[in-house]
Amino acid sequence: MTKQVKQLDRVIIRFAGDSGDGMQLTGDRFTQETASFGNDLSTLPNFPAEIRAPAGTLPGVSSFQVHFADHDILTPGDSPDVLVAMNPAALRANLGDIKKGASIIVDSHDFTSRNLKRAGYPENPLDTDALDEYFVHDFDLTGMTVEAVKEFGLSRKDASRAKNMFALGLLSWMYGRPTEPTIDFLEKRFARVADIRDANVTAFKAGWFFGETTEAFVVQYEIKPAPMNPGTYRNITGNLALSYGLIAGSTQSGLPLFLGSYPITPASDILHELSKHKRFGVTTFQAEDEIAGVGAALGAAFGGALGVTTTSGPGLALKSETIGLGVMMELPLLVIDVQRGGPSTGLPTKTEQADLLQAMFGRNGESPVPVIAPQSPTDCFDAAVEAVRIAITYRTPVVLLSDGNLANGSEPWRIPDVADLPPIDPAFATEPNHTGKKGDEFWPYLRDEATLARPWAVPGTAGLEHRVGGLEKVDGSGNISYEPANHDFMVRTRQAKVERIAESIPPTYVDDPTAHDSQGARVLVLGWGSTYGPIGAAVRQVRKTGVFVAQAHLRHLNPFPKDLGEVLKRYDAVMVPEMNLGQLSMLLRAKYLVDVVGYNHVRGLPLRAAELADAITDLVEATAHAADDAPLNADTVDAHKEAVR
Amino acid sequence: MTHTELPFPGLSSGLASVPVAEAPQNRKEFTSDQEVRWCPGCGDYAVLAAVQGFLPDLGLRRENIVFVSGIGCSSRFPYYLDTYGMHSIHGRAPAIATGLATSRSDLSVWVVTGDGDALSIGGNHLIHALRRNVNMTILLFNNRIYGLTKGQYSPTSELGKVTKSTPMGSLDNPFNPVSLALGAEGTFVARTIDSDRKHLTSVLSAAAAHRGTALVEIFQNCPIFNDGAFDAIKDPETKQTAIIPLVHDEPIRFGADGAKGIVRDQVTGSVKVADVADVGEDALLVHDAHAADSTTAFALSRLTDAGYLNQAPIGIFRQVEHPTYDDLAREQINTAEAGADETSDALTGLLNSGDTWTVV
Repeated sequence: MTKQVKQLDRVIIRFAGDSGDGMQLTGDRFTQETASFGNDLSTLPNFPAEIRAPAGTLPGVSSFQVHFADHDILTPGDSPDVLVAMNPAALRANLGDIKKGASIIVDSHDFTSRNLKRAGYPENPLDTDALDEYFVHDFDLTGMTVEAVKEFGLSRKDASRAKNMFALGLLSWMYGRPTEPTIDFLEKRFARVADIRDANVTAFKAGWFFGETTEAFVVQYEIKPAPMNPGTYRNITGNLALSYGLIAGSTQSGLPLFLGSYPITPASDILHELSKHKRFGVTTFQAEDEIAGVGAALGAAFGGALGVTTTSGPGLALKSETIGLGVMMELPLLVIDVQRGGPSTGLPTKTEQADLLQAMFGRNGESPVPVIAPQSPTDCFDAAVEAVRIAITYRTPVVLLSDGNLANGSEPWRIPDVADLPPIDPAFATEPNHTGKKGDEFWPYLRDEATLARPWAVPGTAGLEHRVGGLEKVDGSGNISYEPANHDFMVRTRQAKVERIAESIPPTYVDDPTAHDSQGARVLVLGWGSTYGPIGAAVRQVRKTGVFVAQAHLRHLNPFPKDLGEVLKRYDAVMVPEMNLGQLSMLLRAKYLVDVVGYNHVRGLPLRAAELADAITDLVEATAHAADDAPLNADTVDAHKEAVR
Repeated sequence: MTHTELPFPGLSSGLASVPVAEAPQNRKEFTSDQEVRWCPGCGDYAVLAAVQGFLPDLGLRRENIVFVSGIGCSSRFPYYLDTYGMHSIHGRAPAIATGLATSRSDLSVWVVTGDGDALSIGGNHLIHALRRNVNMTILLFNNRIYGLTKGQYSPTSELGKVTKSTPMGSLDNPFNPVSLALGAEGTFVARTIDSDRKHLTSVLSAAAAHRGTALVEIFQNCPIFNDGAFDAIKDPETKQTAIIPLVHDEPIRFGADGAKGIVRDQVTGSVKVADVADVGEDALLVHDAHAADSTTAFALSRLTDAGYLNQAPIGIFRQVEHPTYDDLAREQINTAEAGADETSDALTGLLNSGDTWTVV
């Protein structure tokens, strides 16, 4: 039968099921189909810390949200238009997030009294009026899958496991997704097990055909490809982009990459990925603990390698002392912290950006470390290359703060031309640099005047034998010194070296269409890290209502861009949305004496753009009122700010 | 999970890939310009002198030798040698050296550590370095006390030790470093004495030549906080009965005129001290440092007194060939690189892998 085709500009779908139902794979395949179709997209995987929580329970629910559109989008979306729920627990766990009027596709097979009870439903919601505000399509997806694949003679259990592919096929039909990539994928993935391969492909096709033939769906949707700049694209997660960025940093600098790491969620995928790329001279060392991971990386750096360690918050805590040693020895070292919910073990699989102050100050003594953060999954590539540049150029540990949202989320990536990547020169010392009593000498702490970086002489270089360590040194010769004035000088010099990095970073980019208008934006929204997407989406929503607002996002958290203080003072109010209790706010207040307004949520999930848009609008209004009450009264501003908090 | 048979690259000397010096070197060249700042009478002086004396004999390029230390009195060692060196942080030297040795096959990597550094705060790194068998030589200076923090008991102090932190006596059982190293799958485990320059040098030479992790426990006297801890094995009057010398392929015999020896204990399967006159020379255990099984080496290590040291075997307990972590890691990289195209576009290829699409 011929079905109606309806145009949409964007859709948010959430696939939800039990941890063992393959929802991450289903979402990932739908995403790949969508990427190759040419939509812009953004994804949000959300899974429990338990590998397999008891089947059918709320803690065991795993979901994957994908937002795709015919235009440029910034976030995985606040609220799904379509929920695919493979069991009662998946329905119950996700119902609160979806809009009234949204579609819910339910596998009714698992709506047994036992599973309903496990999910906490006293009655079957499919039989009551509980879902009246939604468009509910309930089918026995499992039953149809088992029927479709019976020719392959699988056990009922194995046959029913292909139900996720049936669901994928159905959704692929609904949104006109190309099927070839998924069929190719399944044929490769299960190449060695013919019956499983055939069952999955058959279930996938059966889901498609079901959509095409069933009278339950009268409409097929079309979301046209999004206009994108010319280039070659792929879909990529933050952890993968970050891994590629590290390899690019290695090839650009000519230094072999040495990763010392200990498995920890959500950073482990970087270890897994880099272990596949030994042909780039990459060594991956799975250490006995977090401390050994960073220690080995620092040892390799002493030997002239690009030393990298990857971790998450609790691991960063353990690495503190070694990072401090790197600060003292002034050696390049990359510390990648894929932040998760804290404190302590916290929320291992959820996102947060509450390690900023740990990265800044989590060491003994005055121990300055450059800190940078990517703003989106694809930006993890560029941020990694930038971290390598800073570490090598300035001979310093660098902390790169990713987070769980960036790590597992994905978006289309315009693949860069390798020729456009910045060159990175390790500039190893090869000659003595000082003339002493006995003639030519090598002084390991004789600094470059421009960067304040010390010379990096690696073992094997004749005539430059020297010793470094954690004890304070004399500037220049590097000999041990406990002399008071020298220590004061060295503390200030290490700080000055990190501040000097600001000379090499671009000025703050402020997105303010009204910058040259005297009646323009009076409020700046400033963020860092993965909040870029929700802040950008919120700012767009606010501007659509005719309200002026400026936006800026920080890549460099330490040092800040040189012009940041001046930028902040250009606006009457600055809002800083963060997934913490105000860590960037604290740094900005301390450094610039600007009373920024925090917008803070720590729910383990990305900020919601719609809520943030309301808060921005409120602040813009409060700021305008405060300005009207001239002369500006600090109490009034505070009262207004209080009102919007 | 699948299991892959790893290639065995074929062991060579621990120093085989380190460049050799073109001209003979002398002790002075290996001595840095830094003033040595240990306490007068410290056993560390003797070890430093021995190392400065025998390094030139290794014939390696000075710039290809690296000493990495942790924290403690002995960890000042790298400052006094004119090689590359790193005085790192407490307990972490084996981990740092692992990264260095794995990324650089052309270096002779040495770790200098103490009983507190290696066995207390750094115990985890020590055992994992040993089981991985990374190509490095670890010198464990054991003075059975914390010196740099001024006299607390250490993980090798005898039970009941009265120190600043244990006025009524320490309560923890000590580690036997040799037993620990053997239990951690150490492939070269030896013990020597700071004051016996000849023995020290011979053990260090063998350790340097070993491919893999070599652990050498050096009994070292702290004249300030634990003076006399090793008197029994140093005093000419008692040392003949205190030291059980281990020499590969020779019967283990000691005491005045070799009156005592080590025999297999038929009841327990372990080893025990016996009078040669009672058991006969043929019953003496012949030391086999190359035995694949470490059981007997471990049994010999248990002849060390856990309390005040009146008796201890000295020498090389175990010296066996086993693939090293760093050789295998480099082998995997070489294999991967050999299979890859040599073009400069490898990175472009990687970035463009997976499902891609083009917008024109």
